[in-house]
Amino acid sequence: MKGYRKYFGQKLLWFFITLIVAVALNFVLPRLMPTDPVNAITGKIAGGMSDSSAIKEVYEFYQKQFGLDKPMITQFFLFVKNALRGDFGISFSQYPRTVADIISSSIGWTLALQIPAIIVGWILGNVLGAVAAYKRGIWDKGVMPLFMFLGNVPAFAMAIVLLVLFAMKWKIAPSGGGYSSQMIPNMSWKFVKSVLSHYWLPFLSVVIISIGGQAVGMRSMSIYELNADYVKYSRFLGIKDGKIVKYVFRNAMLPQVTGLAMSLGTSIGGALVAETIFSYPGLGTTMLSAVTSSDYPLISATTLIITIMVLLVTLFLDVIYAFIDPRVKAAQFD
Amino acid sequence: MKNTIKQLFHSSKFVIGFVIFVAILLTIIIYPLVSPGNPLEMVGVGTFARPGTYVSLYDAVTTEKDTFKFSDADEKRLANAISDSDREAMLALFDAAAMDYSSIDVNDSNALIEFWDANYQTAMDTAKLKKSQKRDLRLLDSRIQALKAGETFKVVEEVDGETVEISTITKTDYVNTNKVINVRNLPLGTDNFGRDTLRELIAAAGVSLRIGLIAGIIATFVGLLLGLLAGYLGGVVDNIITFFTNVLSVIPSIVLLILINYSISQELRGPTLCALIIGATSWTWTTRSVRSQVISLRNRDHVNLSKLSGHSLMRIILTDILPYIASYVVMAFILQVSSGILAEAQLSMLGLGPKTTTTPTLGLMMNWATLYSAHTTGRWWAYFPVILTITFITFSLNFMNTGMDQVFNPALRD
Repeated sequence: MKGYRKYFGQKLLWFFITLIVAVALNFVLPRLMPTDPVNAITGKIAGGMSDSSAIKEVYEFYQKQFGLDKPMITQFFLFVKNALRGDFGISFSQYPRTVADIISSSIGWTLALQIPAIIVGWILGNVLGAVAAYKRGIWDKGVMPLFMFLGNVPAFAMAIVLLVLFAMKWKIAPSGGGYSSQMIPNMSWKFVKSVLSHYWLPFLSVVIISIGGQAVGMRSMSIYELNADYVKYSRFLGIKDGKIVKYVFRNAMLPQVTGLAMSLGTSIGGALVAETIFSYPGLGTTMLSAVTSSDYPLISATTLIITIMVLLVTLFLDVIYAFIDPRVKAAQFD
Repeated sequence: MKNTIKQLFHSSKFVIGFVIFVAILLTIIIYPLVSPGNPLEMVGVGTFARPGTYVSLYDAVTTEKDTFKFSDADEKRLANAISDSDREAMLALFDAAAMDYSSIDVNDSNALIEFWDANYQTAMDTAKLKKSQKRDLRLLDSRIQALKAGETFKVVEEVDGETVEISTITKTDYVNTNKVINVRNLPLGTDNFGRDTLRELIAAAGVSLRIGLIAGIIATFVGLLLGLLAGYLGGVVDNIITFFTNVLSVIPSIVLLILINYSISQELRGPTLCALIIGATSWTWTTRSVRSQVISLRNRDHVNLSKLSGHSLMRIILTDILPYIASYVVMAFILQVSSGILAEAQLSMLGLGPKTTTTPTLGLMMNWATLYSAHTTGRWWAYFPVILTITFITFSLNFMNTGMDQVFNPALRD
């Protein structure tokens, strides 16, 4: 267990260091603005809110919350303290809702959509890549390039195309939202059905575009492994083809797990923007409305939450990797 | 070098990507030369004019006329004037009068009208219909009769309150579109501002490509520099650079882009600045791969020999290391360009792209099209060509990259 402890300790340490840097960037970047942030914020609220007493209240709230009279470092700790308590302030655009409330109502939607979609896309991509490497023919010359092409469609564009085809033209999917607008979220079977009918189109758009990228990596890895000496040696020994393919697949899979962790940061951006096309009630749509209404506390909180989500998934993949990579496993017996 | 390029053009993937990319590039360069004009000029007064050829009605009226008697001209006119609901109403009357109309095709306007003329009176007499229904049918009949009659339009000009007749237009009058002074071709119609979509799209593709290039150059330059330093020098420098690279590569780039772009005031956020920001946030991958390449090269014999000969650091890097990683750097650059174009489009969709009224970008075009719900109202020409353009640019770049990968990594060859 000692090897594992060291490995996990290292990964955890990195997680916290990255987290601190992310929080610091979240704190510092908006403060690089040449103007006083509270002024800039309240200047922007004037457009979003009409109630003058509310503007004053928000102004005072933020002046106090940012603690602008205190030195920068105290401000930072104040920011971290508030963030740790889940206190991100009050939203400008949806006043008097708190930012924490808005985020907690949208984060579940995003997690429920993105995580299964990314996993399914990853699995299908790997299978396609392996099949293309092993079977060749139409898989390698027809299906692969098709999905590579689809993989280059920007996520939001794929969302638009699917929406136009399935919702506008063929009318077999609803045109947006997370559930029917006439319903109030509850646990009834009817509501679940409505959610599912709104779910599959955004899900499909994420899956389709992620297959290509994963397949390319898997194909390269599989070809590389198929040409490796151990495959030739196994063939000499007369080991069955099926068994060799299993070895090859396992070895080629390993880098793909890291590949998934690495592509997460870039793919999440596209996936979030795609949410806005479907007006899906997740973090992406929240972020868009925050940006369009200059809701600074909401922008800050959504970006922070997205970062933390990506960091957590990366950490999780690192842990999984430790259990499936024989090299890390072997390190324990040293 | 020459050999490598020759080899590249043997890879079908590289060639396909290269051809698509060059075709797009040539279009961007040549189209403004062939058809000059400001891409952001709001030519249309309304929004979303359909794609097609527009003939100036004003000029057409005064253009020299020719007379033609095409046999199907009337039929076409009729077919256009009688809507589907009119046709249904006509059939409903025959149904009500219990007449057999199975011999005629509903979509054959001529036959339908002929049958209507022959049977209208008897049908009206026998059918039991409400008064209002009969009135509607009578109106329909008078419309059909008017269409059939030889109607003419009179063109009059108003001079000092008096109307002067200029010409009479009959059904057999035609003008040659070549003779009309103002005929405009809008192959992709206009967008929500009334701009010529095709011209705007080609200009936007140029700007987006420039954004991708600037972002790619910056990301590659920074990534290469840091990767070389970290890989070659090692030690503390390596530790520091690797630390920052690792930290920054896990934080989603979209988060950094949103925070930075939001912090910059809108007036300053032009395409070039956006490109700089995108480049400045995407160098981490290049740094990582260059560093690992350099580490594997560092202790090769030819590098050690150079060191023993007392060559300077610059010289060793330039002559002994760079040529070995050049192919990787070029491939990374290509990927950076395509992801830069995508990043701009994504930011623009969120309303954080370049804020400009003087230059179009592909992302801004998409953003406007969706804001004006072009996609939900069936105005395909405002968004679909943009999607195709973005896709073909990134696809061609990525395909070139895959082709290069196969050429430079012998292990991946088929």
